[in-house]
Amino acid sequence: MTIKGKAYIAGIFEHPTRHAPDKSTAQLHAEIAKGALEDAGLTKADIDGYFCAGDAPGGVMAMVDYLGLKVRHFDSTDTGGCSYLVHLGHAAEAIAAGKCSIALVTLAGKPRTGVMPPRATGAEVDFEAAYGGTTHNVYGMCAMRHMHEFGTTSEQLAWIKVAASHHAQYNPHAMLPDVVTVEDVLNSPMIADPLHRMDCCVVTDGGGGFIVTTEAIAKSLKKPLVRMIGHGEALKGPRGGQALNLTYSAGVWSGPKAFEEAGVTPKDIKYASIYDSFTITVLMQLEDLGFCKKGEGGKFVADGNLISGVGKLPFNTDGGGLCSNHPVNRGGMTKILEAVRQLRGEAHPKVQVPNCDLAIAHGTGGLLGIRQAASTCILERV
Amino acid sequence: MADAKKYPTPITNPETAHFWEQTAKGKLMIKRCTACGEAHYFPRSICPFCFSDKTVWEESSGEGEIYTFSRMRKSASGPYAIGYVTLKEGPSLLTNFVDCDMEKLKIGTKVKVVFKATDGAPLPFFTAV
Repeated sequence: MTIKGKAYIAGIFEHPTRHAPDKSTAQLHAEIAKGALEDAGLTKADIDGYFCAGDAPGGVMAMVDYLGLKVRHFDSTDTGGCSYLVHLGHAAEAIAAGKCSIALVTLAGKPRTGVMPPRATGAEVDFEAAYGGTTHNVYGMCAMRHMHEFGTTSEQLAWIKVAASHHAQYNPHAMLPDVVTVEDVLNSPMIADPLHRMDCCVVTDGGGGFIVTTEAIAKSLKKPLVRMIGHGEALKGPRGGQALNLTYSAGVWSGPKAFEEAGVTPKDIKYASIYDSFTITVLMQLEDLGFCKKGEGGKFVADGNLISGVGKLPFNTDGGGLCSNHPVNRGGMTKILEAVRQLRGEAHPKVQVPNCDLAIAHGTGGLLGIRQAASTCILERV
Repeated sequence: MADAKKYPTPITNPETAHFWEQTAKGKLMIKRCTACGEAHYFPRSICPFCFSDKTVWEESSGEGEIYTFSRMRKSASGPYAIGYVTLKEGPSLLTNFVDCDMEKLKIGTKVKVVFKATDGAPLPFFTAV
């Protein structure tokens, strides 16, 4: 069985806020659900499936009750920032299997004005927690090793931020709308070697959501038709400390599965949403997905190759997590939303990819240098 | 270098208690599977490679080299260096580099285990040799 062509993204909504001191987290989820339903032209009573992750207060039981939903299918898989890319795949499976017909997925939170939900720990806790692994230094370790093995440079990584900033200037909601240069990135303070402040994404309040449905329902609605044609997911960890390799992500497994199901190759992709918690995250995932060979990511991203209208692979045309939005430190949601905008032709005219009919939305979750998940979604305009 | 940093106390459990009893004696223990021969870290009772329950404790040399690292420039408890060490016996582990000049760390730097006190069992760290 395949999900190819079975599930359509009928509604999307990105909360415009980046700072929400006067709202509750559950309230943000509800505003997002409402926004996604309005975008789709559906009502709350239509929803029969709901998906949320670790950011949802009280989990799926509390959220369904708070929102006043009545669902026959749900999933609260939490794989950090890529949870929503996993949910999109799982929602497509549920739609294909007839377990639900209109699924809602929401993400929201307010790390700038409240406490972050705690990161889950497992059997490793006594053997790792004392060493102060943060996103910055764990991704720093990946970048350090990548530079060591392949000669990747800080200048090359900086080009990823530069490209994101070129796109962010056209997004009125972007947290950092100013265009920056390679020199700006290199001159920003070192946070965790070799990552500078501008190699890091923003921290924002807010969130987003989307609605997945059947072909028949999608065709009865008014939005341009965007459907899932391939999905892959994978997990990676140190596995007993043998064969540790920080130069690749779980995307090496999720990517090929998604491309195979979709029956397309990286060369066919017109637009790429790539998780950008840090510049190194993008570079490694582009290699892992096959947009270039392993070790050649630095050369691939340099000289504006990711800038829409300039380079060969327009990426994160909303400004991404590096410049626009990274709600609750979970960037997978906005990756889906901008891919759908591109496929609908609703991206900002300055960054809209002409005749964009095939896009990828890909992300990792957890910590790239320790334990991680990856999910790859391939989407097409019908 | 005085190290006044307060480290969290390992919680320990029946599966890992022996590891922590040995750190109190200055020993770094790994697990080896007698069925497939592979060593692993952190310790499991069932081998994560072949799923045999024939795993035995083995004292590590405590020597290895840096696989990768990053210097955290600021934190509530000051700057620190985090990284992975690949032990001579094979497994790699996450750690901090202490009691040495973190500006001189490099991938490949030879390191050895040192232990730091907590309110319970001591924790393993590594220092440049």
